[in-house]
Amino acid sequence: MLKTIINLSLLASMVRYATPLTLASLGGMFSERGGVINIALEGIMLAGAFTAAAVTVKVGNPWIGLMAAATAGLLVALIHALASIQFKADQVVVGTAINILFLGVPPLVSGAMFDSTGSTPQLPRDQTLPEWHIPLIDHVPVLKQLLSGHTPISYLAFALVPVSYYVLFRTRFGLRLRAVGENPEAADTAGVSVYRIRYAGVLLSGVLAGIGGAYLSIAQNSLFTRNMTGGRGFIALAALIFGKWHPIGAFLACLLFGLAEGVSDQMQGVVPIPVQFIQIIPYVLTMVVLAGFIGRATPPRAIGTPYIKEK
Amino acid sequence: MKTLVRELLFPLIAVVAAFLVGGIIVWMVGDSPLLVYELFFTSAFGSVDGIGYTLFYATPLIFTGLAVAVAFKCGLLNIGAEGQLIVAAFAAAWVGLVLPGWPALVVTLLAMLAAVVAGGVWSGIPGVLKAKFGAHEVITTIMMNFIAAGLVSYLTQYHYRKQGDPILETLPIAEKINGAVVGPHIPRMSAMLAPFGISFPDRLPLNMAFLLALAACAIVYVFLWKTRWGYELRAVGINASAAEYGGISIARNIVMAMFISGMLAGMVGINDVLGYRYRYYHNFSANYGFTGIAVALLGRNHPAGVLLAAILFGALIRSGLFIDIFTDNVSKDWVVILQAIIILFVACEAVFRGGAKRFIRGTV
Repeated sequence: MLKTIINLSLLASMVRYATPLTLASLGGMFSERGGVINIALEGIMLAGAFTAAAVTVKVGNPWIGLMAAATAGLLVALIHALASIQFKADQVVVGTAINILFLGVPPLVSGAMFDSTGSTPQLPRDQTLPEWHIPLIDHVPVLKQLLSGHTPISYLAFALVPVSYYVLFRTRFGLRLRAVGENPEAADTAGVSVYRIRYAGVLLSGVLAGIGGAYLSIAQNSLFTRNMTGGRGFIALAALIFGKWHPIGAFLACLLFGLAEGVSDQMQGVVPIPVQFIQIIPYVLTMVVLAGFIGRATPPRAIGTPYIKEK
Repeated sequence: MKTLVRELLFPLIAVVAAFLVGGIIVWMVGDSPLLVYELFFTSAFGSVDGIGYTLFYATPLIFTGLAVAVAFKCGLLNIGAEGQLIVAAFAAAWVGLVLPGWPALVVTLLAMLAAVVAGGVWSGIPGVLKAKFGAHEVITTIMMNFIAAGLVSYLTQYHYRKQGDPILETLPIAEKINGAVVGPHIPRMSAMLAPFGISFPDRLPLNMAFLLALAACAIVYVFLWKTRWGYELRAVGINASAAEYGGISIARNIVMAMFISGMLAGMVGINDVLGYRYRYYHNFSANYGFTGIAVALLGRNHPAGVLLAAILFGALIRSGLFIDIFTDNVSKDWVVILQAIIILFVACEAVFRGGAKRFIRGTV
C-alpha cells in the first residue's frame, strides 16, 4: 500500500506542485521585503491563469499566453501598488478586494468571450507549454523525476531561487528593498525613494505570481476553470512565512508543501487516512512557526504600514 | 452634523462610483447598464419576496460586518470570519446531532451557544497568538480559515454524513413534517408574524436570526460606546501604547476583541443551520466572511453603518441571479466584481477626500 504512495513519480509531482507555489512565494517575498503585505497573490494567480488560457485560445501560442499572463499579473499588482502605496489604503483590505475581484472577473469575461460558464475552451496538447526532457539525466532515476520532463516554467522557477537570493542580498536594489521594508524613514533620509522601490517590489510580485498562475492553466492543465488556484496563493504566502521571508527557505517550504499535495493526490482512495489531514499541513505548520514553537518567523518591520513622506 | 454628512457622504460616493464602473463593465460585455440597474432594484426591493430574500442574505453579513468592525475598533483585522462561521455552523449542527431526544428548545439554545463559543474560540486562538507572540492576526486568521475548512469537511465526510449522500452535508437535525418544523430550530419570520395577524410568505427563509442580528447591532453599539470594556478596547485600537500607559492591558483587549469578533461571526451558523437548512452544508457560505470586511469598511465600523451596508450587499446577492438570467452576457459574477470595486473605492477613500478638498478650495 505504501509503495503506491511513496514512489519515484512522487518526486515529479512534488516538482509540479511546487512550481506555481515557488513563483508566487518568491513574488510575495519581493513585495513583503519592501514592506507591502501581499495577500493578493491568490487573485493575481487567478488573473494570470485566466489570461494565459484565454490568450492562448485566441492566438494558439502558449508562449504568448505566458507573456500575457505576466503582463496581467503586472497590471493587477499595479492596482495593488497604486492603492496601497500611492493612496495609502490598507494593504490587507486592498489584497482582499483584489482576491474577490478575480473570483468574479475571469468567469464574467470568459462567459462573454467564449459563451461558457466560467471555463475557457480546452487547449489541444500542442498548444500547451512543452515538457523539456534533458538528454542524459533522463536515464538517471531520481534525477530524472526531479530535473527532467518538466515545463519551462518549472525551470524558470528553480532558476529564480538563486537569482532572487542574489538580487535580495547582493545588489543595491535588494539592499534598498530590505531597507525600505525595515525602516523606510531611514531609507528615505539616505536618499532612497521609498515609493519607487516599493512599487518595484509589488510589481515584481505581480509578474511572478502571474506566471505561477499561467503554469496552472497552460502547463499543468490545458484550460482555465473557475477558482482554479484553490487557495494556492495562500499556500504560497504560508510558504513565504514558513521560510521566514528568505528565498531559499521559501523554496524549501514550497517543495515540502508541494510534496504534501503530491502525497494527498496519490492517497486518494488508497489509504484510509482522510485527505483533509494532509491538505491542512501547510497551514498548521505555518501556525506553529508563527507561534514560535520552531524558530521564530519575524516579518519585515515596516510591513503593512503605508509610508507617508514628511513634507 | 458636519461629521454625519461626511461619514455618509464618502461611502455613498464610493458606492455610486462602483456602480458606475460596474455599469461600464456591463456595457463592455455588450449589455445595457440601465437594464442591470433596474433588475437590481426591482429584484431586491420591488416585492415582498425581494425584500425578504434581501434581508435573509443581509443577515449573515450583518454578523460578519459587526465581527470585522469590533476587531477593527481594537486595531485588528479579522479576515478569518469565514473560518469562524464554518466552525460555528458545524458546532450548531453537531449539538443537534449528538443530543437526539432532548427537548427541542433546550437543544436549540445549546446549539446557539455552541455556535457562538466555537466562533469565539476559533478567533480567540489568533488573538492569543497575537497577544503572546506578536503573530500577525491577518496571517494567522488566513491559516485558521483553511484549517477550519479541512477539519469540518473531514468531520462531515467521515462522521456525520448520511450514508451515500453525494453532497458534503451532515444528517438533518430537524425536519419539516406537514408544514411544521420538528426538531431544534429557530422560527421563520412567517411563523413569528402569524400570531400578530400579519401574513408573510412561508417560502421565504428569513428567520429569527435577522432579529438577532438587529439586536447584535444594538448590543455592539452599547458595548463599544457605553461601557468601560468597550472604551478600553477602542483605546487600544486608537493608540495601544498610550492606552497601556493609562493602565489598560493591550494583551487582554486583543484577546477579548478577537473572541467577541469570532462570537459575532459564529452567529452566522445560527442563521443557516437553525434558521434555514436544519443541517450543516459544507459550502453554505457565499464568502460571507470576506464580504464582511467590505460591509464593515463601507459601514465605517459602526453598527448602524454595518446594517445599511449589509442590506446593500444582501440586495446585490439577491439580484445576482436575476441579472444572470435576464441579460445576455452578464453573469452573477458581476455582483462579486461590484463588491470588490466597492471595497477598493472605500479603501482608497483618501483620494476622494483629497479630491473633495481640492474641489472645495476651487483648484479642480
